[in-house]
Amino acid sequence: MKRTKKIAQYGLTVALALVLSYVEAQVPPFFAIPGVKLGLTNVVVLYALYVMGVKSALLINIIRILLVGAMFGNGVSLMYSLAGGILSWIAMVVLKECFKFHIVAVSVAGGVFHNIGQILVAMILLQTKAIAWYFLILWFTGIAAGVLIGVICGNIVKRATASTVR
Amino acid sequence: MELLRKYKKEVIFIAALIVSGLALLVGVLLFSKEGGQVVVTVSGNEVASFSLDEDRTYLIEGKDGGTNLLIIRDGKAHMESASCPDGLCINMGKIHAAGQSIICLPNEVVVSVEKSQPSADDVDIVVH
Repeated sequence: MKRTKKIAQYGLTVALALVLSYVEAQVPPFFAIPGVKLGLTNVVVLYALYVMGVKSALLINIIRILLVGAMFGNGVSLMYSLAGGILSWIAMVVLKECFKFHIVAVSVAGGVFHNIGQILVAMILLQTKAIAWYFLILWFTGIAAGVLIGVICGNIVKRATASTVR
Repeated sequence: MELLRKYKKEVIFIAALIVSGLALLVGVLLFSKEGGQVVVTVSGNEVASFSLDEDRTYLIEGKDGGTNLLIIRDGKAHMESASCPDGLCINMGKIHAAGQSIICLPNEVVVSVEKSQPSADDVDIVVH
């Protein structure tokens, strides 16, 4: 890929991820539990993983997390996001590259491991094991959100790779 | 059915996740006992603990001046109000079983139900 095209593509995907982060933050939590969310930005990360490559996906995700943290968050929320983002990236890469899983399953792993990362940070920060209940809920909502995002992104990847733009 | 065969490993993977989640749920349910005590921690430090049997109202002073109002009534504990903008801890409902908790991330407050500490009366003998 030409360098200019690469720069443009990174810019576009990071911008899209930022917009989706913002959109998601505007949705009132429909579950009374923090952390239960759709993970719309994972659409972008998944897309990058499949279309642009493993390294690009990590880079875009980290840039997105740092920018969102700087604009809307604070140091603590940054830690949660980073732990979730990196752990989910590892899980998705392993399933995709080593086991050749379908995008929906990769997305589910991403959702679940994102939540695991956040729970781990919460355990460290709050010094408590009392979040077992919380963990269970996030486990299941992570699976559900992962399926949804995987189906959405599967369609996007199919269309994007079929077009001549690439 | 053909879809199932085509994506066999994916289906197995997601099914395994759901089954292990259910196993975790069963484990937590089995090991959770009726709690007797509410423990309040702020940033990992225990600041207060109360019995669930006595009704009371307690203002928790969280991190950076944030506050949460904890109410214990009829053997259950809940957050009545909070200084944080989202107020998610209020929506987390009432808790009473050991292991359940209400968490306020902005104020780093954790309210959890634990088994009653054995009181001094339960001690058979103390040897010095």
